[in-house]
Amino acid sequence: MSSISVSAEGTSQELSGSKQEQPQLQSQWEQQAYDPRERTALVLGEHDFTTVTDSVTGIALGKTPTMWYVAMSVSLSLLSLLVVTIGYLLLTGVGVWGNNNTVSWGFPIINFVFWVGIGHAGTLISAILFLLRQNWRTGINRFAEAMTIFAVCCAGIFPGLHVGRVWLAYWLLPYPNELGMWPQARSPLLWDVFAVGTYATVSLLFWYMGMVPDLATLRDRATKRWQQMLYGFLALGWNGSSRHWMRFEKAYLLLAALATPLVLSVHSVVSFDFATSQLPGWHTTIFPPYFVAGAVFGGFAMVLTLSIPCREWFGLKHLITHRHIENMAKVMLATGMIVSYAYSVEFFMAWYSQQPYEQFVFLNRPLGPYAWAFWTMVTCNVVAPQAIWFTAVRKNVWAIFVVAMFVNVGMWFERFVIVVTSLHRDFLPSSWAMFAPTWVDLGMFLGSFGLFFTLFLLFCRFLPMVAIAEVKTVMPQAHPGDHPVKFDYQPSSDTPKSLRRGHWFT
Amino acid sequence: MSHSPSPTTVDAGGVASADYETLGTGTPYAFVAEFDNVADVMRAAETVRDAGYLLWDVHSPIPIHHINHAMGMRPTILPWITLVHGLAGLLFGLILTWWMNATTVPGLSASIQGYQFLISGKPMYSLPANIPIIFETTVLFAAFGTILGLLGLNKLPMLYNPLSRSRRMLRATADRFLVVIEAEDEKFELQGTARLLRSLQPRAMELITEER
Repeated sequence: MSSISVSAEGTSQELSGSKQEQPQLQSQWEQQAYDPRERTALVLGEHDFTTVTDSVTGIALGKTPTMWYVAMSVSLSLLSLLVVTIGYLLLTGVGVWGNNNTVSWGFPIINFVFWVGIGHAGTLISAILFLLRQNWRTGINRFAEAMTIFAVCCAGIFPGLHVGRVWLAYWLLPYPNELGMWPQARSPLLWDVFAVGTYATVSLLFWYMGMVPDLATLRDRATKRWQQMLYGFLALGWNGSSRHWMRFEKAYLLLAALATPLVLSVHSVVSFDFATSQLPGWHTTIFPPYFVAGAVFGGFAMVLTLSIPCREWFGLKHLITHRHIENMAKVMLATGMIVSYAYSVEFFMAWYSQQPYEQFVFLNRPLGPYAWAFWTMVTCNVVAPQAIWFTAVRKNVWAIFVVAMFVNVGMWFERFVIVVTSLHRDFLPSSWAMFAPTWVDLGMFLGSFGLFFTLFLLFCRFLPMVAIAEVKTVMPQAHPGDHPVKFDYQPSSDTPKSLRRGHWFT
Repeated sequence: MSHSPSPTTVDAGGVASADYETLGTGTPYAFVAEFDNVADVMRAAETVRDAGYLLWDVHSPIPIHHINHAMGMRPTILPWITLVHGLAGLLFGLILTWWMNATTVPGLSASIQGYQFLISGKPMYSLPANIPIIFETTVLFAAFGTILGLLGLNKLPMLYNPLSRSRRMLRATADRFLVVIEAEDEKFELQGTARLLRSLQPRAMELITEER
């Protein structure tokens, strides 16, 4: 483990003796162990439970940084754009979008798939990496999960509006009604309602449950009355009881095990919306794995986009270290390679199928009128991530940031290519058409970023941004060395009932 | 807060005099011993377990690895709660999809009546096409079962807990480890318990009392 400390610049309310800030002798990169047999410390610098608590609770309880106000004002302006465009759409009708008879899905579905996909990285980090015992996830887990929930909020808006009469969107739900009308359970669109609804609910539950112990920490560290009331209410009376912790850990494991197949099912179901249709370019069996990989790819790009500035602005460099950023970049590279492979397989299968319509679609993509979108996608998703192979790029977090921005753009264009190029020229040349977004389309898309960043900034400011308790468990202080435990269940089976209060079951 | 930092000296049978603070003036509610590292609290937990106390707990900012063994805790029944809820969700999804799209019961009110959807001459009910919805309801119910089971077994939300009157509890969620022995325990006895806790060499000890 590295002994040279990196100062934790950041707001810190000291509990006890303050740590002196030490001069930064080396970059975090230089502190990382580069021998794969060695493990790099997950929390850098001379930190203990006290200072880790301070650095995270300080953000939520301390003064608001100036940059937060700047970021918030930008986000709120974008959010108002969303409100205005939605209001205009509701008053006028969905005709204000650029969707036409041929390209009937257009921006709403592109944006829906884009946002839902982004959410997937959060669940991958919180559930799948947990099951795979990737301890480094603890540093980035909390805000990746938050990102999931906010991304799903943004995603939900678009199909919600796309149903046309938004005020009747509850018709999607199966409920007994006087019309004698039920949803069609064999339609992928209804699967989507269930999949995305379950995903949003379970992600929210998982996120909140994981946050309860940290909310209790905030409650106990708060000095203002309103903070104590707010966090006290949210913390549900958590007091760190080991009997509670044991069930908490089990519940965490169970939810991770439930969320893992769930997250895979969600984007598979989203891909079924396309794959179960008869349309060339959509009707392929590769779609579910291709969509899931793409979702994780785009999601990790978004996690990087958020975490690189956040660790800088909120002084969390000792918890979200260079190694965390680098690991995420590597996951992005790996999933990017899967996506690139999927692109090439699509082309191969189009050729191999000898199906003229399928072949036409795959010639139309790189050579047709939307070739610019296709080549943007290839540049951003296939070419740009290759930079991650180079140490010189991974050594610089802001270079990784630039690659992540390319991927964000590329993954949006991927959905554009899938939706628009397949629809705009299908079987009948007489029904061919071009698609052009209107100002409402563009405003709503930009506005959804406003909603996303507004929610995210509120989260950064008022909730524990890093999972404090989880990070502590991966610090050396949590492991007292080889402590032999002789072990016997208590109470023993012959203990009378009267003495067993609270021990009937655990 | 009625926190009185006056140290009380208890004659612990000539072995050693145990110093502890007393919070409040009522009847004893619990003894609290404070530790500042995992190794000490693990040892302390084993000692308290072996002394035969049953109504006691260790409060910590982290889930301590293996503390369940040091405290002699039985595994939780939570997975069974999850399983039962998951199976209920499975059944719900199965019945829901079947009822919605594959049944017509003559004479039943239209508002709860199913509707036989005939899609391209396919069978009214086929399991594969309904699996996605059944899967989602299974996961949804299981997740709710897990959360509600967790809250129920932990008796959360806990609106009041006499321990919360102690300022020491504020650090149990940050960087301190507290061993708490409740006065209601059969084995609890003011001097004996104080002596036991003192022998564990805690940073501090506190007796929390409760007005009844």
